[in-house]
Amino acid sequence: MSVMTEVTIFVLAAFVGFEVISKVPTTLHTPLMSQTNAIHGIVMLGGLIVVGYANDPLEYVIGTIAIAFGAINIVGGFMVTDRMLGMFSKKPKPKADGDGKPGAGK
Amino acid sequence: MIEAVLKPGGDAATALYIVAFSLFILGVRQGTHPTTAKRGNMIAAVGMAVAVVTTLLLDGVGNWGLIALGLGVGTTVGVVASIRVQMTSMPQMVALYNGVGGGAVALIAWSEIRHGISLGGDIPLEELIPTLFAAVVGSVSFWGSNIAFAKLQDLIPTRPLAVPGQQVINAVLLIGIFAACVDIAVNNGDPSQGLFIAILLAAALLGNLVVLPIGGADMPVVISLLNAFTGLSAAAAGFALHNVALIVAGTLVGSSGTILTMEMATAMNRSVANVLFAGFGGAPSGGPAGGGEERPHVSIGAQDAAIKLAYADTVVIVPGYGLAVAQAQHAIKEVADELEKRGITVSYAIHPVAGRMPGHMNVLLAEADVPYEQLKEMDEVNPEMPRTDVAVVVGANDVTNPAAKNDPDSPIAGMPIIEVSEAQQVIVIKRSLSPGFAGIDNDLFYEPNTSMLFADAKQAAADIAAEIQNL
Repeated sequence: MSVMTEVTIFVLAAFVGFEVISKVPTTLHTPLMSQTNAIHGIVMLGGLIVVGYANDPLEYVIGTIAIAFGAINIVGGFMVTDRMLGMFSKKPKPKADGDGKPGAGK
Repeated sequence: MIEAVLKPGGDAATALYIVAFSLFILGVRQGTHPTTAKRGNMIAAVGMAVAVVTTLLLDGVGNWGLIALGLGVGTTVGVVASIRVQMTSMPQMVALYNGVGGGAVALIAWSEIRHGISLGGDIPLEELIPTLFAAVVGSVSFWGSNIAFAKLQDLIPTRPLAVPGQQVINAVLLIGIFAACVDIAVNNGDPSQGLFIAILLAAALLGNLVVLPIGGADMPVVISLLNAFTGLSAAAAGFALHNVALIVAGTLVGSSGTILTMEMATAMNRSVANVLFAGFGGAPSGGPAGGGEERPHVSIGAQDAAIKLAYADTVVIVPGYGLAVAQAQHAIKEVADELEKRGITVSYAIHPVAGRMPGHMNVLLAEADVPYEQLKEMDEVNPEMPRTDVAVVVGANDVTNPAAKNDPDSPIAGMPIIEVSEAQQVIVIKRSLSPGFAGIDNDLFYEPNTSMLFADAKQAAADIAAEIQNL
């Protein structure tokens, strides 16, 4: 893939990110941040790749720590987000109006 | 034994990565509503599983023992930590996860450089530049997040720690890092690993120095900014490794973190640069807070508070970080339940920077089973204030200070506040009259319609709930 293709992907992804995330209400900002936090744990893929061509002890150590760090980031991030969101969904009795849209205001 | 079947950068691998990042986007998209967000998180996690499995199947991925070790240790730590953490500690948990992500990026960049050198040193610039970027930002993010974690966990003082001449030191470090990067890029035929390690260390120092002077109240901004940084560094690692999944996922996080950072800064009426470099909320601002002392105020007990509340029609509760510290969210919910039994309308006014990270207060209240429909944002609740009978401020301070609106000379002038002083009556539950993070006195406490209830938030709420029951 050429660099310019990658840059194109980068720019488009940035716009998609802005669009999608600006729709998330403040109520959910902490879970959102925690979830995106888990998503950047995807750097673990880099660890998996570099450990494949590691060929001295230091590189083994670096690669393994990178994988462990990435795994903490991914597993911890998604699980903690799940716990938080579980609290939003366990509602004993849904309020009268079925729609329940926040922000009706007046 | 798993057999490597996919060619790196080949169509099959890329297609699977496209599936993975589409699931990320869908997952975040579902996060726009509380009822679908949990499923959204699952979808994103499935996307991650697809990405990981795809990578494990790539040709050239090996050293299975090390991979198993890394995955095993990381997964165990992640699972244990995420089960044990309390909701009040969520900000430091996110900071910690963010830090290890940044650390992983920096280590991968280091490994890439070593790999390049071992192949003869001729690293193409389009890989070298993102590698350097990933190393610097990843390292800053790792150390900065660790400091943020330590501050939030009270391992080091949350008060801003001023290092003399730190602006200059930071600038010198930044210039030095940049110069070293340029040197490596110019000599890309034979990059120096020693210089690269020096860059990692200088970036580590920079991460420490930038976050250390930042006060506890500014943590929401810092955490979202560091989140954005780690995302961008992951995207940079994607450029270096030509991995499309890393580029898209990292960029997604980068833009989400950027949006949140800007929103937080706006909510405090300050620029991001001001948060990072001003060391606002420092100890010395003893001016109005320390000197005068003892302005007249009204102090009441739980019983009086209960009576005021029980005979109101509408009550707005304004929670702040003090509520989180006292773990008072459940007790406050009990008060609200008692009031609702009496047909009183109760809602919660959430300031955008209440708590220690964006939306933190909402999570704490959700933990106490407060329906999210009752959580009102600042802009929504302020017009309602004059029609509110009683506003109860629990552990919040600066975000209710009318000086932000009325006194142009106040350090927090212009900061959007929840205008509780517009309500008919105000009850402030607080341990003392001491100033908040901004280090300034709160005029609200001395207004004629304000009553102070000096107590621990949790105890006070429990007492009020009991008193209401007895009425």
